Amino acid sequence: MTDARERVALFGGVYANLEALAAVLTDLSARGLSRCWCLGDLGGFGPDPEECVTALREVPVPTVQGNYDHSIGHRLADCACGYTDADDQRFAQLSYDFTDAQVSEASREWLRSLPAEARFTLAGRRVLLCHGSPRRQNEFLWESTCSDAFLERLCDQSEAEVLACSHTGLHWHRVLPSGRHVVNVGAIGRPAHDGRPGAWITELSAGAGVLEIAFHHVAYDHRPLARRMQAAGLPAEFIETVRTGWWTTCFGNMPVRERLRADDLRRAPTSAG
Amino acid sequence: MPHEMTRQNPSPDSGDGFGAGLTNAAESPERPSSGAAPEPAFDAVLSPGAAKAVAEAGRDARSQGQQATALMQGPSRAGLPASASGVPSQPWLELDALWIQVAGTLCNLSCTHCFVTCGPDQERHAMMTRAEVAARVAEALAAGVREIYLTGGEPFLHPDLEVIVEDTLAVAPVTVLTNGTLFTERRVRWLAALTRSARHSLELRVSLDATQEAAHDAFRGAGAWARTIAGLRALEADGLAPIVTLTRPQGMDEATLAASAAAALRVEGLSGTRLKLLPMFALGRELTRLGEAPAPRSLASLPAEAFDPGRLQCGRSRAVTSRGVFVCPLLVDEPGGRMGDTLREAARPFALVHDACVTCWATGMSCAND
Repeated sequence: MTDARERVALFGGVYANLEALAAVLTDLSARGLSRCWCLGDLGGFGPDPEECVTALREVPVPTVQGNYDHSIGHRLADCACGYTDADDQRFAQLSYDFTDAQVSEASREWLRSLPAEARFTLAGRRVLLCHGSPRRQNEFLWESTCSDAFLERLCDQSEAEVLACSHTGLHWHRVLPSGRHVVNVGAIGRPAHDGRPGAWITELSAGAGVLEIAFHHVAYDHRPLARRMQAAGLPAEFIETVRTGWWTTCFGNMPVRERLRADDLRRAPTSAG
Repeated sequence: MPHEMTRQNPSPDSGDGFGAGLTNAAESPERPSSGAAPEPAFDAVLSPGAAKAVAEAGRDARSQGQQATALMQGPSRAGLPASASGVPSQPWLELDALWIQVAGTLCNLSCTHCFVTCGPDQERHAMMTRAEVAARVAEALAAGVREIYLTGGEPFLHPDLEVIVEDTLAVAPVTVLTNGTLFTERRVRWLAALTRSARHSLELRVSLDATQEAAHDAFRGAGAWARTIAGLRALEADGLAPIVTLTRPQGMDEATLAASAAAALRVEGLSGTRLKLLPMFALGRELTRLGEAPAPRSLASLPAEAFDPGRLQCGRSRAVTSRGVFVCPLLVDEPGGRMGDTLREAARPFALVHDACVTCWATGMSCAND
């Protein structure tokens, strides 16, 4: 029965985290997910941007360009993530300068060449992949800041029945009143601010009349990653995040709904683990 | 009523792609002005309960010697160039944000710099009823609006604010812009519970005008800082993370001000607030505070190729008050600011003739949360 379905895996936000990327690729293989797409942002946060680019190119994993990839590819001054908080900007710039110093010219050229969006059909459904939103590479589509009406408009304008994005780092899925789907695949390079170290990937699975969207958690040993981050001189705040699963920086623009969900989870006696 | 509103372009819409996406809408031509608009009906009268609340809240401000008379002057026409020729026109793109002036121009404070000249005696724009708000929200949803902002005046003076927020939050993300002086214990509990249970984000934007009590109170009246800080503490104690909106004096460096604000809030025991900086606008009561009209500025010299239609929020948002649809929440009293009776009528380009337009362009600011 599973064989009759068309399946594709999606993941985003690699953030120079080679341990996470390796674990995800192994996990996809174990799940028999031979089709997969990366939704961009290969640099930032972690210690190994060049190695992550190389790995994706070698597999190869088809990749949509994130704002980070656009910035590094074009040697822009910053990541254009759109942070407004001063501390966020400081940490983001630190990551960006680190990434910029690591990435080879060949990788830059590849990052520049990535498409801003990708389209395919899954069991007849029109799927659109983008990084931020179909209209802007660095637009944050948080679950709590999008009305159904707005998401329906984005689906209308982009002629998509399944719209998949990333950029925020938090994964979510909504079935719209029209029956169309919007899914944010989150990120693999940084835990989802849920107290669970590891990565989240998304599986789309479609057969006759049914589309299922599932998120899978992929655990990996974060100790070698933490050691590499430390050796690379990356901030202790970043290392704390990979160890604890809680964000410590760059979430000044996280909406209150997502903040409270995390705070409540954090306070809960049986924190999700 | 203290003054007359100036209106233009009330002609009925001819169906030019409102909500139909970027391509069509951006091509819609600027419609010529065609005579005077009918006076809108002022049926959203203040309820007795609300009037009492306003009177009580306003008593503080008045007894503290606020110069309430200045704010009776209504909209200012200073800062408006004599001619709009050569000024770039912001094309209409699509509706991402709708600003609803739910409390009208009523406020318990009479800030000396208020860009929309609000105060206890200001009824130029009336409070909007629950039904009026719901109708505007429905209109906006039909255009695919992303989020709704509730403003005033002071929204928490509205007797039906809670049910209006609940209605709206069921269908869209909501941000309430407040001076933070009216948070009762019961209201904070309600906000915290609703914020946790709602599907969409309910953001609170709390206004500060300085990072020190005396300087803030010079704008807002004695005791304002203490009340607002107490409000912020109450919100934070219930786990909420309000966005502090801080006005930035002209010439003040953003990073310096942000650092100063963070330090000041820490001293007050606040650690979970977010910060948004806003420039000052030479509008409304701020013109009186400045004492003289600013030197005329214009975007007419901006080269056509330098104009980025995505830079200004007025390509993707509109504001509604009891008196109709306006280009943005700042220009609700300015000549030409009113764009029609319906959102559809207001889905057209706007000539950037105002001094405020120059400020928005120069700073790249947006009234939105991000």
